[in-house]
Amino acid sequence: MNINATIIGQAISFAIFVFFCLKFVWPPLIAAMNERKEKIAAGLQDADQAAGDLELAKEKAAQTLREAKQQAAELIEQANKRGTQLIDEAKDQARSEGERLKVAAQGEIEQEVNRAKESLRAQVAVLAVAGAEKILNTSVDQSAHSEMLEKLAAEL
Amino acid sequence: MAGSSTEYIKHHLTNLVFGQHSDGTWGLADSAQEAKEMGFWAINVDSMGWSIALAVIFLGLFKSVANKVTSGVPSGLQNFVEIMIDFIDGTVKDSFHGRNPLIAPLALTIFVWVFLMNAMDLIPVDFIPALFNLFGIHFMKVVPSTDPNITLGMSFSVFALILYYSIKVKGIGGFAGELSLHPFNNKNPLIQVIFIPINLFLEILNLVTKPISLGLRLFGNMYAGEMIFILIALMPFWIQWTLSVPWAIFHILVITLQAFIFMVLTVVYLSMAHEDH
Repeated sequence: MNINATIIGQAISFAIFVFFCLKFVWPPLIAAMNERKEKIAAGLQDADQAAGDLELAKEKAAQTLREAKQQAAELIEQANKRGTQLIDEAKDQARSEGERLKVAAQGEIEQEVNRAKESLRAQVAVLAVAGAEKILNTSVDQSAHSEMLEKLAAEL
Repeated sequence: MAGSSTEYIKHHLTNLVFGQHSDGTWGLADSAQEAKEMGFWAINVDSMGWSIALAVIFLGLFKSVANKVTSGVPSGLQNFVEIMIDFIDGTVKDSFHGRNPLIAPLALTIFVWVFLMNAMDLIPVDFIPALFNLFGIHFMKVVPSTDPNITLGMSFSVFALILYYSIKVKGIGGFAGELSLHPFNNKNPLIQVIFIPINLFLEILNLVTKPISLGLRLFGNMYAGEMIFILIALMPFWIQWTLSVPWAIFHILVITLQAFIFMVLTVVYLSMAHEDH
């Protein structure tokens, strides 16, 4: 209970311990804690930013999807149009080809008819002459009557 | 029985003192009377020894954590130390409005050290003295904070810091002005001259009361607590637990609170020393 030099001894050791704490204990600990605080703050900020980025990415994906759908619809529509167009073209072509073929066939037929007429015409004269010969029983001078017979044939 | 009880209590309240005997030789005092006769230039070996040992434990533990401290995931011990540091740092930031890198480590040292010294009170009163008795050492007070030398040694160190920072921040003139021009102030210089001695008396009293109350508060609380443990120890051994257990549980609060009060008042006093009017 007596006050003695212990009071001085305690003051000295107190000073030494405070100095030790100030120099070697406090700074590294508080530095590490502050560093961790910063790390956590940065981490939280990153998380916030990532959430924002995710939102943006989702929006972009949705937009891309929308665009793709629209494009696909456009393509289908175009393809349908083109298909109809092709069918129409093919129809037209077929029609004109048919027309052409018909015309050609008609021409050929006419030609054939003409040719048959020609040959009939040629033969008619002979037949007429032969028939006349038979009727007259005389020979007919072909050369003398050929002009008349040709006229006759032409009238057929 | 009464005599031996008194003896027991006195024995428990006597420090192990090293000093100069009346015959001129140096050594340990054999009785309280002899310790008293050694005068001022003697040292309480037990108080000093335990307080230094506890401080070494505290600083060793914290230093070992500080050596391998990481800003990544903290280990269990680092976590504990960080809680302490964070708690002290928060308290200091709340009550100290200035920038001084000394205050927080000072507060940490005070809080943990005083807490550990107080915590020695929870060790049953006879354990350590009986152990030392085996080695022929008859006096052993294990709670350093029940020794006024220890608490006053710390509070006067704080007082020295208060004076140092008062003069450093305010200058000698500013500090003297603070002591002499408050609380009574008058624009008339003649009346002010009358006020100055009154102000000086009040302010110096106020200033000197700070370290004394700071040291004696801690000492008084711990001394009273220790005394009650000693009184409980006088009862028959089979009934002691009914009182010592509740008192020890209550004492956990007291030792923490006293350590906290000592720290906070130190911070507040130093904060006042830093305030420039």
